[in-house]
Amino acid sequence: MTPPEPAMIEPRILEVRTKILKKNDELARDMRDQFQSAEVLVTNMVSSPGTGKTTLLREMLTRFVAAGDRVAAIVGDLETDNDARRLAESGAPVRQIMTHGCCHLEADMIEEHLEGWELSELDFLFIENVGNLVCPTSWDLGESVRVALLSVTEGEDKPLKYPGLFNTSDVAVITKIDLAIPCEFDRNLALENIQSVRPGMQVFETSAKTGEGMDLWIDYLRQKRNQLIGTVGSIGK
Amino acid sequence: MHELSIANSLVEIATEYLAKERVKNDESSVVKSITLRIGALSCVHKSALNFSFELVTKDTLLEGAELKVIDVPVTIFCKPCEREVELPGIQRFRCPVCDTPSADIRQGKELDIDTIEIAENASTPA
Ligand SMILES: Nc1nc2c(ncn2[C@@H]2O[C@H](COP(=O)(O)OP(=O)(O)O)[C@@H](O)[C@H]2O)c(=O)[nH]1
Ligand SMILES: [Mg+2]
Ligand SMILES: [Zn+2]
Repeated sequence: MTPPEPAMIEPRILEVRTKILKKNDELARDMRDQFQSAEVLVTNMVSSPGTGKTTLLREMLTRFVAAGDRVAAIVGDLETDNDARRLAESGAPVRQIMTHGCCHLEADMIEEHLEGWELSELDFLFIENVGNLVCPTSWDLGESVRVALLSVTEGEDKPLKYPGLFNTSDVAVITKIDLAIPCEFDRNLALENIQSVRPGMQVFETSAKTGEGMDLWIDYLRQKRNQLIGTVGSIGK
Repeated sequence: MHELSIANSLVEIATEYLAKERVKNDESSVVKSITLRIGALSCVHKSALNFSFELVTKDTLLEGAELKVIDVPVTIFCKPCEREVELPGIQRFRCPVCDTPSADIRQGKELDIDTIEIAENASTPA
């Protein structure tokens, strides 16, 4: 009789050491490479419901279309395609992702909804994430720019309550600044709170209603695209 | 509740490892526990993750496996101090020693599987 192997009785510890979302991360990395070689700047917009993502994005798309830039948008919502219809008023191609309860977008949803679009025919692709300040933070969508938005109606302490979002975002936008005075928005406090959770973060202030701050914000995105194209060039050398 | 999506990914990975173990070592292998490393900035609620994990493992090979969580605090690199310093919270990204702001985050965003503990299924006759 052979004694049982000790390894079969002792619990075995497998050193896995892997990211739980590695599948999403790997797909997002591939997509980022594709976006980069197609020279399309992808921007992922994250905020609470009602911050003004759709209104701002429609205004952005309208301006890009008028300037002759090739833009498209993908918008995620739990239900309905209302936002896609609002965005399509800009004249840009728009696709809706209905997540049916899922509180964030994942890379494979974007990949699926890109089908039939020729990436090399786009300069900018915008993704409006599902309205939520927590859930979207862990999912890389292959974007080059992640923007955290907050409106003057939401309270200045949002950054302190959601440091995870501000720390995975590249830039912040404060929306609805036309309402700053009636809402008694404390601008300095909001900026201070953003800097507290993310030192050095660049912040834009916009109103989709009056157009204030739009030019600076759009210039920033153009600069980001130029940087992206610059890196493609240097890789080619 | 994004913890459900996280639990699904977790189960997918653990099931792959278990399948390999069963082929390689012992048909009756089961997952006894999974140890995760979860950063303070990862936006994951442990109770929601435990709840989701139980839900998605019900009636599967992973049913009954225990989730163990190692909490990872945020650290930033402080230039003046020339070292990595741990933050007591996640609202203020300044060095606790010299008060210099830093966005150079070195840890705290983890959402990782560290180890999987495999055991023989005690209820399986030898
Ligand atoms: N006054 C003002 N209202 C705005 C502005 N942007 C959005 N809104 C309003 O805020 C509400 C929510 O906007 P929406 O774009 O749907 O937000 P989303 O859920 O983040 O996409 C709507 O009633 C908009 O008209 C703005 O810049 N100024
Ligand atoms: Mg919207
Ligand atoms: Zn220091």
